[in-house]
Amino acid sequence: MSAITLKVNGSTHTLDLDPTTPLLYALSDDLQLRGPKFGCGLGQCGACTVLVKGQAVRSCITPVEAMQGVEITTLEGLGTPEKPHAIQKAFIDEQAAQCGFCLNGVIMTAKAFLDKNPKANEKQIQQAMSRVLCRCFTHTRILRAIGRAKQEMAR
Amino acid sequence: MKIPSQKTKKLVLTSDAQNALTRAGFSRRSFMQGGGALIVSFSMAGILAPPDARAQFGGADAPPDSPPANQVDSWIAIASDGSITAYTGKEELGQGMSTAQIQLVAEELCVPFHRVTLTVADTSMTPDQGVTSGSQSHPANFNRNNLAGAAATARQALLQMASLKLNLPVEQLAAVDGEVRSKNDATKKIGYAELVAGNKFNIKVNPGAARKPASEWTILGKPIPRPDMPQMATGQFEYVHNVRVPGMLHGRVVRPGAVGATVASVDESSVSGMPGLVKVVVRKNFVGVIAEKPWQAIQIAEKLKVTWNPGPGLPKQETFYEYLRNQKPTRDTMFVNSRDVDQKLADSPVVLKATYYHPYQMHGSVGSSCAVANVQGDIATVWSPTQGVWHQRGSLSLLLGLKPANIHVIYRRGSGCYGINGADAVTFDAAILSQAVGKPVRVQFSRQDEMAWENYGFAFVMDERAGLDAQGNITAWDHESWSPVLGNRPGYNKPGNVISGLLAGFDPEEFRPRSPAPDPSAYNNNGNGVPSYMAGQVNGAAHGTGTIKSERSMIHNTKSYFWTGPLRSPQRLQNTFAHESFMDELAAKAQADPVAFRLKHLSSSRVSDVVKAAAKAANWDARPSPSPRARKTGVASGRGISCVAYEGDNGYAALIAEVDVDTSTGKVSVKRIVVANDCGPISNPDGLRNQCEGGALQGMSRALGEEVTWDDQNVTSIDWTTYHSLPLGFDIPKVEVVLLNRPEEEATGAGETAITTVAAAIGNAIFDATGARIRQIPFTPERVKAALAT
Repeated sequence: MSAITLKVNGSTHTLDLDPTTPLLYALSDDLQLRGPKFGCGLGQCGACTVLVKGQAVRSCITPVEAMQGVEITTLEGLGTPEKPHAIQKAFIDEQAAQCGFCLNGVIMTAKAFLDKNPKANEKQIQQAMSRVLCRCFTHTRILRAIGRAKQEMAR
Repeated sequence: MKIPSQKTKKLVLTSDAQNALTRAGFSRRSFMQGGGALIVSFSMAGILAPPDARAQFGGADAPPDSPPANQVDSWIAIASDGSITAYTGKEELGQGMSTAQIQLVAEELCVPFHRVTLTVADTSMTPDQGVTSGSQSHPANFNRNNLAGAAATARQALLQMASLKLNLPVEQLAAVDGEVRSKNDATKKIGYAELVAGNKFNIKVNPGAARKPASEWTILGKPIPRPDMPQMATGQFEYVHNVRVPGMLHGRVVRPGAVGATVASVDESSVSGMPGLVKVVVRKNFVGVIAEKPWQAIQIAEKLKVTWNPGPGLPKQETFYEYLRNQKPTRDTMFVNSRDVDQKLADSPVVLKATYYHPYQMHGSVGSSCAVANVQGDIATVWSPTQGVWHQRGSLSLLLGLKPANIHVIYRRGSGCYGINGADAVTFDAAILSQAVGKPVRVQFSRQDEMAWENYGFAFVMDERAGLDAQGNITAWDHESWSPVLGNRPGYNKPGNVISGLLAGFDPEEFRPRSPAPDPSAYNNNGNGVPSYMAGQVNGAAHGTGTIKSERSMIHNTKSYFWTGPLRSPQRLQNTFAHESFMDELAAKAQADPVAFRLKHLSSSRVSDVVKAAAKAANWDARPSPSPRARKTGVASGRGISCVAYEGDNGYAALIAEVDVDTSTGKVSVKRIVVANDCGPISNPDGLRNQCEGGALQGMSRALGEEVTWDDQNVTSIDWTTYHSLPLGFDIPKVEVVLLNRPEEEATGAGETAITTVAAAIGNAIFDATGARIRQIPFTPERVKAALAT
């Protein structure tokens, strides 16, 4: 075990962890955040995605030791139910979920992409989402919500 | 009502549940036990339900301490602040059922949507409604009994109470915005809170209580947004994965090295001294570890040396369908048998035969299943994503050796399940581990724990045979299928129906061979074994939706090596794939338009109407298949239709798929899906659309890519590279949903109609495009190419 310092959503936390612990467990267990989710533990589905320096990172396969000192943003770091981020609001407005378990990965992956590609077309957005899974198959609404977010975020 | 003494039991409520209770102004259990003065003392004669009307729909065997379904108080409570709490056993699984149920209660009680709080599936508070499954939530709670009946009865009672208080006849009163008001004198009114004042109604649900007519609905029937959406989109929502209990430890299971393998030995020294290790737990063939932190538990489980006695081996997947067809013994069930099918077929100038194949498929929840259990002494509390809390309480009592009344099961939403995923198994695992250590334990499956051992959706081999006369009418139809089964939902008393229960020493439901099948004693098309075009004659009456009177349909169940259980549209999807593909083959043989050919053989307007509605919306090109432009080179385009009367009479859908087939690669691209759906009166059109859209695309994923695979010992589809679910990046077709609203009919299910029809519609479209028929799911590029080559 080692003292691991993580900067998450603007706060700094020092945790006593095995340095090989995947970031997801630090976030969801030690910090009790509800945004990042365990889906596969293999980096295949996207449910655990967080933003690190604006990049979408799969926290289930990223050891905490590699994340020390960098700014980590989780889904709850974007906005709140009262004051949602534009992309969160787009998902609420489009009612783009069923069980909602995949939403974390969907929104965080889409945000990272739109931040860098604010003028992306539908095909490019679809391509960017190609490694994210939604098993309720809310796909049409999810893509509509990302399209709406793109417009809102461009304002 | 009698509730056994719970002296030793501490009621543990989640914060949400506790808040709901506090807001309502009372303790639920004390309320249900009879606490609080009764004010409704006048006669309610004429609206009393029979005393034994306990828990209709799934609750006939409800435990005696569950809130009785025939009591209004089991469903509805009005607090002293006028807020309304409704209690339901029908869970929010992501399908929007909570929103619809709140709409129902708000509508019937004439209060705004936000004034109703819904408490869902908790054995300390909610009636036993069996499991949330089988498209039964609307039939159970939106017609005359249960939640709808209770809400309507409550409104009637409030009007009667106000009539006494205001000294006005009920006819002159109206319930509006949480008050009963005189229709003639605005000054004469009284609020619900004042009428009830936190007390019980103490009356029975009256199935005859007048429901509000749909023409007067202001909340039901509207696309009200889901109240859980903001929390889900911002990472605030509490899934079962987020439940945290003080002192909670983390468990991990170690599953057998092969299907059917048993424990030879567990070498605990292989993990001794590992950081965080609390305990290695072995119970018969159940092996698990407990650690302080989840990552520690994972590492310990990987390191633990377990020696397994080998399993029996598995039948070869390449020849599995042939194996299944010849497997003995069988349990045979006959759905219809007019006894003239062989003769009619012999007399028919044209007889068509085809065999269809459907693989085992998995629920494959995107989130691995998770549960938290706190078993201390003879008291247990579990937080579970189970579809049936009362059922689980029963099976847990056997697993843990505790009295059912000492077990408190609290439903917490998991990842979408689509049937029995790992929810019950992981709850049993957490409970076994917690009991072994006497502390709360959380278990979250690995991806492989989830995918290798879940109760898969059924594999099927389906033979279809039918005759055509000279005019192109179907003369007789014969359907015979084979499908292996093992385990099921655990119910009240079968923990061995899922992997964890079996490993801990419980047997699954016994396989009872029976052959030949007895004649059907009643009509049962619950599994859609009977095609929509059969008349469905049993005991001299026609119960089906079709015109074909020479009919036979039967199934041979065999014993499965893998666990099986309901996966969204169990049996119905498989059977409908075969029936609707075969109907298309018959239409092609008769050189008839597939829509017109269907309509000609349907007797039910509910089915015909969805077929017509889909055809109209899709601008259906009426002509026989294959298309005059059909080709086996380049990119071929075609359209196909399929329809279903779900479970015979529990929802209706028709679906048209337009596809492009790249004949050089065999890749199928679905360009457009049009689905028409009829579920009776529509509770929430946006929620319904969401279900139809999701069903259509999930059905597409199952049709094009999904198949459980195995080698001689183990399942090999254990992650998302080996089990092929369509990701967000696939070419998503345009999905158009046409809703047929029928306010005059009873409410039916709607979550499984669209998905049931997808595979055949796509297969029929491939045929239309290319002239090649594909009869095995999934329609992989290799299979499409093979079909093109024949």
